[in-house]
Amino acid sequence: MGMLTARRSEPRRLPGVEGVWVLIGADLVIFCLLFGSFMHDRATDPALFEASRHTLNFHFGGIDTLILLTSSWFVALAVGAAKREQPQYLARLLCAGFLTGVAFMVSKSIEYTEKFLSGIGPGTNSFYMWYFTLTGIHLIHVIVGSVLLAVLWIKSRRALEAGTHRMFLESVASFWHLVDLLWIMIFPLLYLLR
Amino acid sequence: MTLLRTPATMVWIALMVATCISTWMLSEHTVAPALATTGIFLIAATKIHLVMRHFMELRTGPRVVQALFAGWILVTTAVILGSYLAIP
Repeated sequence: MGMLTARRSEPRRLPGVEGVWVLIGADLVIFCLLFGSFMHDRATDPALFEASRHTLNFHFGGIDTLILLTSSWFVALAVGAAKREQPQYLARLLCAGFLTGVAFMVSKSIEYTEKFLSGIGPGTNSFYMWYFTLTGIHLIHVIVGSVLLAVLWIKSRRALEAGTHRMFLESVASFWHLVDLLWIMIFPLLYLLR
Repeated sequence: MTLLRTPATMVWIALMVATCISTWMLSEHTVAPALATTGIFLIAATKIHLVMRHFMELRTGPRVVQALFAGWILVTTAVILGSYLAIP
């Protein structure tokens, strides 16, 4: 019988603890609803949304995307380094992941400052309410993820042991990829949709 | 450096190139808005699929979770593009 000879390789599993995947799932559902509400509001006044969008600097959004993608890549490589027990790379990759997270925060701070200085805030109009809400909630995610990456980086410098630390690393990595993934959708929604 | 020779690196290069196409080519005003927007969101959906499979390691994850996450991409993209294209 073919079924008996079918080989089954490694069991299918998710990286990290289950709890982080529950959080990821919940976050995805919430963001899907937020994206839907944004589109609903946009449909009520497309001209206002389009005019406001033009005041955003899409170069910032594009560069932010490149920063987060690179950060995600560093962290994916860090998980690979931990699996292959290459602690010398692990610390450096986690540091790179953390620093790219900081670079995103710096970029967002410059962008927010620019907006506030020209008198634009969340109360300006419904587009800007959405702009500050979506980028703000996302930024909180970036701050949390960066702090966790910094903790992992410090831990990895103190001779990281496999086991519980691996689970922690994988959980933080999964969360960090979620942060990247959400930005991939937020960026075109706010900056490019015309 | 063997460390860099992994599928994650190839995926990262693809993601970077796709981002540049969306941000600095499709956003040009010479491209018709509906075409540009549709292209930009289909590229975003593909990028998310790549992040899920290769960075989040869903490629080796349980099938149910794979299906749920793929479903999220479909629903989210459909909601955004559907709503966009519905406006005359």
